[in-house]
Amino acid sequence: MNYYIGIDIGSTCAKTVVLDENKTLLLHLVQPTGWSSVDTALAIQRELREAGFDPEQLPCVATGYGRISVPFADKTVTEITCHGRGAALLHGGEELTVIDIGGQDTKIIRVEGGMVKDFVMNDKCSAGTGRFLEVMANTLALRPDALCDLARRGGGTSISSMCTVFAESEVISLIGRGEKKENIAYAVVDSIVKKVASQARRLEGSPGRVCLTGGLCSCAYVRDALSIELRTEVAACPEGRYAGALGAALSAFSIRGKNV
Amino acid sequence: MSDYVQMWKDLGMDLETHDNLCQVLPTAFGDVYLSQENRPEGMNFWDFVVSEIHGIRPSELLEAQKKGQKVFGTFCVYVPDEVVIAANGIVTGLCGGSQFWVPGGEKVLPKSTCPLIKASVGARLDRTCPFFRIADMYVGETTCDGKKKAWEILGEDVPMYIMDLPQMKREKDIQKWAEEIAAFARKVEEFTGNAITPETLGAAIHTINEKRKALARMYEARKSKVLPISGKDALLVMQIAFFDDPVRCAQMTNKLCDELEQRIQDGVSVFPAGTKRILLTGTPLAIPNWKLHHIIETSGAAVVCEEMCTGTRYFENLVDESQTTLEGQFMALAQRYMKTNCACFTPNTGRIDDILRMAKEYQVDGVIDVNLKFCCLYDTEGYTVEKALKEAGIPVLGIETDYTDTDAEQLRTRVEAFVEMLG
Repeated sequence: MNYYIGIDIGSTCAKTVVLDENKTLLLHLVQPTGWSSVDTALAIQRELREAGFDPEQLPCVATGYGRISVPFADKTVTEITCHGRGAALLHGGEELTVIDIGGQDTKIIRVEGGMVKDFVMNDKCSAGTGRFLEVMANTLALRPDALCDLARRGGGTSISSMCTVFAESEVISLIGRGEKKENIAYAVVDSIVKKVASQARRLEGSPGRVCLTGGLCSCAYVRDALSIELRTEVAACPEGRYAGALGAALSAFSIRGKNV
Repeated sequence: MSDYVQMWKDLGMDLETHDNLCQVLPTAFGDVYLSQENRPEGMNFWDFVVSEIHGIRPSELLEAQKKGQKVFGTFCVYVPDEVVIAANGIVTGLCGGSQFWVPGGEKVLPKSTCPLIKASVGARLDRTCPFFRIADMYVGETTCDGKKKAWEILGEDVPMYIMDLPQMKREKDIQKWAEEIAAFARKVEEFTGNAITPETLGAAIHTINEKRKALARMYEARKSKVLPISGKDALLVMQIAFFDDPVRCAQMTNKLCDELEQRIQDGVSVFPAGTKRILLTGTPLAIPNWKLHHIIETSGAAVVCEEMCTGTRYFENLVDESQTTLEGQFMALAQRYMKTNCACFTPNTGRIDDILRMAKEYQVDGVIDVNLKFCCLYDTEGYTVEKALKEAGIPVLGIETDYTDTDAEQLRTRVEAFVEMLG
């Protein structure tokens, strides 16, 4: 049996998967990226070895913004290509639109037959990204997933600023005004969903399913709110946060000379 | 560039600030240019010009001024060099392409002005570019709102003449541009004290046509599957063409082309076979803006053509040389210049036709539409450009960026993903 390793060093978390030649997911790991991508990569290497998969011996592809900091990877592939391929593996279908809400960027990727056909990515600004949610959650003294759960019970409030720093001031003044926490949480998620949806409309007219990947795909409320905003069902699965790593592992299938 | 300190002092430049630029430019040029492998030998000339960019050509211009010649600084490919040359004047491009000058421009301009305008105004007001000090007269045009208002600020400080470019391409607009050229000619005559005759204008038209042909010849070589020159090097030739003496520019470019054509015959390419071929379209890349070319050419792709002012818009279409009266020549000039397709025109379907034609001619795998931040015209036209390309089945990536390096890694991810997408 041949094995393939994919490592996705994101801005917040590092995700690692091992696939066998039937594309079965054998192992998945997640850890905070921390301040040094190289240290994180070495920690991953240790964990993989303990589990019996030596990345020096097996085909290994790195992706994510820290992809160049994985010394033992055979090659690097961008997170756009990897998320597209990984989502296609998870969700199937000939045509797919992938919405990936990452730590510091949000990507909308059009996939046909498992290959990326088009994509859009947010500009420099962090609106509509995981970082935006993280900052607001900190201000509300909540964990990001708790904020998303709470949001479902709220409503009636909005944040108008797209800039994370200004939006944080808005949240602080909402707190000061005595606004209910669930209403503020609702406003935060609503802001992200609207921003992501406006980006997704740039690729509008694309047929096929829409799916959500990245760190927020386990938040049911985010998925539901996106479905309503985009007027189409947005699919998500728990492995969605590993989509990038899965795509990297799939890219490792083309590396020759390691598996025998 | 240390030999020119006295000259810069005499020009009233801010030496201390200018030194900072002199210190960073060689490193940037080394990293981006000299790191390339197997460059054509003919590029030595341009490497030399860059190494002395604020020295050698400025000192030539000063010498010419001593002999009574006037220097006209321009900012746009619609301003006809021929008219100035016909009156024994000299044209030099003035567009700023470095973040170095942007804060100077931001002192007086809104933040939401494009970096090219901010850099140009900053270079003037901060006294950190010799070309801006040397030019006796600036010639502006009405190609965008940002420029129109910037001229009013620049005009406080230096003689400023503005040509009113039509915004549509009807017959009466071409007629109007011919009248604008005639009026500009009168201004140039008055300012230089030299008469423009059909003979001098005819000779000037010929000179600039020869320069256009030489630059077109370089682009012709880039159509080859065997790529004899990198996009970065070709861009440098284009950028310097705006500053250099037109006769020498044609001469050196033709010499370079001899070498490029030989390379094609010998199968010498600067990129491995299978490197993805990219057409860049969009706003100009003024010197020393090499950012996107560098990212693309270090991400497994090559730039084979620029549908830009610092590209095909500068040399495509020749001026009819058969006219023998000034009136006929002004009209011939107007007809040629009005063929250039800038997003300031509406409608501007000619540019879409150009891009689709070039995508074929240069055998490109994909197109990158790059626009300077806050350039409303090109940014908006990007929609039409990208739509037309998608309909034609040509992959396209839209990018908006400025002169800073802060988005370099994000851009790299996008460009790499685009190249991966091309397969």
